[in-house]
Amino acid sequence: MVPDPSLVANAARERILVLDGAMGTMIQGYQLSDADYRGKRFADYPSDLKGANDLLNITQGEVIKEIHSSYLESGADILTTNTFNSNSISMSDYKLERIVRELNIEGARLAREAADNVSTADRPRFVAGALGPTNRTASLSPDVSDPGYRAVTFDEVRATYHEAGAALIEGGVDILLLETVFDTLNAKAALFAFEELFEEHGCRLPVMVSGTITDRSGRTLTGQTIEAFWFSVRHSNPISIGLNCSFGAAQLRPYIAELAAKADCMISAYPNAGLPNEFAEYDEPPEETASHLRTWAEDGLVNFVGGCCGTTPDHIQSIAEAVAGFPPREPPILQQHLRLSGLEAIEVGA
Amino acid sequence: MIPRFVNIGERTNVAGSARFRKLIIAEDYEGALEVARQQAINGAQILDINMDEGMLDGEAAMVRFLRLIAAEPDISRIPVMIDSSKWSVIEAGLKNVQGKCIANSISLKEGEEIFLEQADLVRRYGAAVVVMAFDENGQAETASRKVGICARSYKLLMDEVGFPPEDIIFDPNIFAVATGIEEHNDYAIAFIEATRRIKAELPHTHVSGGVSNVSFSFRGNDRVRSAMHSVFLYHAIQAGMDMGIVNAGQLPIYEQIPTGLKNRIEDVLFNRRDDATERLLEVAENHRGQLSKPNEGDMSWRKNDVAARIKYALVRGIGDFIVQDTEEARLVADRPLHVIEGPLMAGMNEVGDLFGAGKMFLPQVVKSARVMKQAVAHLTPFMENEKCSDGGVANKAGKIVMATVKGDVHDIGKNIVSVVLQCNNYEVVDLGVMVPCIDIIETAKRESADMIGLSGLITPSLEEMRIVAKEMARADIGVPLLIGGATTSRVHTAVKITPNYTGATVHVTDASKAVGVMGNLLSAEHRDEFLAKISNEYEKIRDKHASDGRKSTKQALEKARANKLEIDWSSYKPPQPKYFGVRSFDNYDLSTVVRYVDWDPFFQAWELAGKFPKILEDEVVGAAAQDLYRDARSMLSQIVEEGWFNARAVIGLWPANSVEDDDIVVFSDDSRTTELARLHTLRQQMTRDRRRANYALADFVAPLDSGVSDYIGTFVVTSGHGCEEAANRFQSANDDYSAIMVKAIADRLAEAFAEHMHERVRKEFWGYAVDESFENESLIRELYRGIRPAPGYPACPDHTEKQTLFSLLDAESNTGVSLTDNFAMWPGASVCGIYFSHPDSRYFGVGKIELDQVQNYAARKGITVAETERWLASMLNYDREHSVMDAA
Repeated sequence: MVPDPSLVANAARERILVLDGAMGTMIQGYQLSDADYRGKRFADYPSDLKGANDLLNITQGEVIKEIHSSYLESGADILTTNTFNSNSISMSDYKLERIVRELNIEGARLAREAADNVSTADRPRFVAGALGPTNRTASLSPDVSDPGYRAVTFDEVRATYHEAGAALIEGGVDILLLETVFDTLNAKAALFAFEELFEEHGCRLPVMVSGTITDRSGRTLTGQTIEAFWFSVRHSNPISIGLNCSFGAAQLRPYIAELAAKADCMISAYPNAGLPNEFAEYDEPPEETASHLRTWAEDGLVNFVGGCCGTTPDHIQSIAEAVAGFPPREPPILQQHLRLSGLEAIEVGA
Repeated sequence: MIPRFVNIGERTNVAGSARFRKLIIAEDYEGALEVARQQAINGAQILDINMDEGMLDGEAAMVRFLRLIAAEPDISRIPVMIDSSKWSVIEAGLKNVQGKCIANSISLKEGEEIFLEQADLVRRYGAAVVVMAFDENGQAETASRKVGICARSYKLLMDEVGFPPEDIIFDPNIFAVATGIEEHNDYAIAFIEATRRIKAELPHTHVSGGVSNVSFSFRGNDRVRSAMHSVFLYHAIQAGMDMGIVNAGQLPIYEQIPTGLKNRIEDVLFNRRDDATERLLEVAENHRGQLSKPNEGDMSWRKNDVAARIKYALVRGIGDFIVQDTEEARLVADRPLHVIEGPLMAGMNEVGDLFGAGKMFLPQVVKSARVMKQAVAHLTPFMENEKCSDGGVANKAGKIVMATVKGDVHDIGKNIVSVVLQCNNYEVVDLGVMVPCIDIIETAKRESADMIGLSGLITPSLEEMRIVAKEMARADIGVPLLIGGATTSRVHTAVKITPNYTGATVHVTDASKAVGVMGNLLSAEHRDEFLAKISNEYEKIRDKHASDGRKSTKQALEKARANKLEIDWSSYKPPQPKYFGVRSFDNYDLSTVVRYVDWDPFFQAWELAGKFPKILEDEVVGAAAQDLYRDARSMLSQIVEEGWFNARAVIGLWPANSVEDDDIVVFSDDSRTTELARLHTLRQQMTRDRRRANYALADFVAPLDSGVSDYIGTFVVTSGHGCEEAANRFQSANDDYSAIMVKAIADRLAEAFAEHMHERVRKEFWGYAVDESFENESLIRELYRGIRPAPGYPACPDHTEKQTLFSLLDAESNTGVSLTDNFAMWPGASVCGIYFSHPDSRYFGVGKIELDQVQNYAARKGITVAETERWLASMLNYDREHSVMDAA
């Protein structure tokens, strides 16, 4: 089935859409053993597979589907597939590159089935195919004494996203969600691949681009300001630009506000449940996360909200309740200026 | 703010810059990055990069350079323009830039199909595009053909590719005028006219061009060329040109170009008369060779009244008009003094307030002081002529005598403090460097000084300051004593100086603190409270020091030696140098040294905190750091190009072995029979277990009884010859800013020179690391094999060892560097040290040592324990019982 790409946009124009919360935190709750991760099929697989959460799409499909369902019950409009690391670069850590396509198809299918179970014509539920940043960076050298070296090239990253994206589309997602972007060159290679995919499939899916900020300097890992990051990906005409992970909502607010002022597409935001405590756990209570996001909705900053690390169905429920009733942000119409960027942005009037 | 015109830096172009081409072909990417950095610092808002050169693999060079830029935030801050006539180079570039860049260029020259294909890819890579006015029939020369091609390209891009019009930049070809060929005379007009029509007819697009082309006929005459560029841009911008590839920082302001020159340029550009070219050539001769000044920016402040102009000039540190403005103020004032007490003091008060509030930084304040001094120098003769007895002298807040103590030559910090105090209306009597105790005391008495400030950098100066304090007490001087300089500390002041002086003693960490301390000490209201606080604080420090001293017992020298660094000499063959003995270098080419400069200490000297180059982007000090850096780079280029300094060096490579654990014997030749010299090293005595050795430098050299032939090197380098003269020149022109700057740069060059020579030694003279290749960052972080510790630094804290190095190298005649009484090198911008090659050799700190080592060391050196204690005073782990100087 070819999804109708205008459905998401139409729904988002009517109200603020709620994304789901963390997958990893929920999986931890099931306390799966190494044997559970492996299932029958990978019982004798030579690599260590513990922690390969995306593998559960194949070996523990019911667990993943149950998590999806609990987020839907909490009020999520959009499920994100359990495919954050399902790309050949990240999966090479587990020597699982060869099953990348299957991981994505299964991941998409599980979320699709869960969503379709509760979707109605009045309130459709959507599936966003999650594509993480991979664990290599095309813009930086991992070797400080050799700044010209690159562990991965544009074309390698592009091929990686092409494979993962194609499988997500095949599995039936409504949206491609490029998330936790820390290197804009990686993101540009992904967007290039998406463009190829859309051409090959003869249809365009909405693309959500979500970056992450490394520290309070407000820059990406590769050094760009928020505005420079936005200018670098704007050519792909995403349905939304936004930020996830990074910090808790309280700390993320100024950067979301900056994007909201500068971007002429929709805005997405799904922060962590606060900052990690001394045990590196996220413990911000749902009401607190929700109260921050309520003010964002109140101030007209956002179109898509949800949660990242540490958020649970309870967080999503609180968030959904908090933003209900507030109208979604109206993207501004920008002047037709030339917008360029290095690490910083520059705008040239006509 | 949205700029009206965007400068695109042009120097990173192998086709346009001979220097850049040479650097790239020689694969000197470090140097090439420097060119890019200069462009960014001088105001380029976009960086054009071109690697089109027959000798080069353009794709590889483009990719490598873009990747290196990505690691330089002060360059990659701005977007790049990937410039090539080869699509493959552009595409390779587009795959290596995370920002939104510009592809320069595509065109219809090979037909629509290729044009559309490339445009579509540019869009997918997320870049903007430059489209040349070039089609199947060639480059457009007339305005109508230029516009025609651009309009056709526009339509294709919009209809076939969906290219956003605001991302299209047309380049309607700037060609050279005044070539002697008649058809070329209309080229400038054609461009400007085409620009006007493109902006009117093709909405949202931009117009750019390579501006330097227009003046191509005047190669070799930079002044006329840059004036032509300014005049051309002035008219093209009015027609709508909104970007241009230019030499950022080299464009004079249109209004400031002499009218005669300007008219003749306009005659040429607008083809206004038949003899326009000849007439421009005539005046061009008069302007040959003088480089234009960088853009000074907005001049609207000149319209304000004179008091406001003076204040503006002081706060901004602009000296260009200060004499003329001071004169104007003098003419309306009753007395010249009133100009000082009025507008000048008002300006300096503002500077002081801004400095105090952290809104101005040291280099800016020193620049303000330079302007103030120029103004005062202009007024001084008038004040002297005034036959008035009722006080023709401005009221000063107080008077201080400043000196760098005997045996020490370092004065950058002291000079900065002097300037800052003068800015704050204190009178400073600066006695300079190597000032004997008696001169300080006599001057203080004669001048009735309110305060005395002592400065020094090397460790023996700490001891010298203690002696001065003691002598001051004996001479019954009770005024407050301020202590400053890099090795001084609050602890040293509290423990060693305060108890020896009768008056107040205060350690002053930096120039920004000095004003506050002076103010408190001279204020009737705050003085007692302030002194009570200091004395209380120092009392605590002394108590803590006394109790700490008991805690940190060291181990006996014998035990420390037993725990020396064990190197397995039986399995290691030390590399043999290519030659033995001494080699000296005179008039060394400093341009090869510049790239080794480590800028961090330079910014520290100016009290700007941060790491280079990040500091240039710092939210708080970034602007000040950028100005300072620009001034430094510009002076550095002058120093190098005009040969201000004579850089000299001497190196020696020797057979050597360690003996008796801690000494190094240097032999005349590899037979190892004749001892030339003996270097004495000190050993760590802190309590250590077997996992960490108690180091001495001698550990890195094979013991004589191992039978292994080992070697060391020794060196002295200086970049200081000529520095003092330059500083004096600036000083007598009331330019403290440049005087301090030139010394700070000389210091950096000396360190860079030492780094450079060390590299040559490793690769060439000693030759144990022939294939070594490091970027400067790695050099600064000392990732290479081998070390070059210097006497007076933590690994060999004894300054007197310099004497041995100097005689071994005959350094005084080979480099012109001499040693002072306290073993500081003169000129100050000099570095000496020892080269060690063993892979395990490393820098360490000796730390505090015990009496047993001092006694042993004294015996090895053949001097008394008391004298040893004097030189090592700051590192003794016990209270001295003996001292020659105390008895004196």
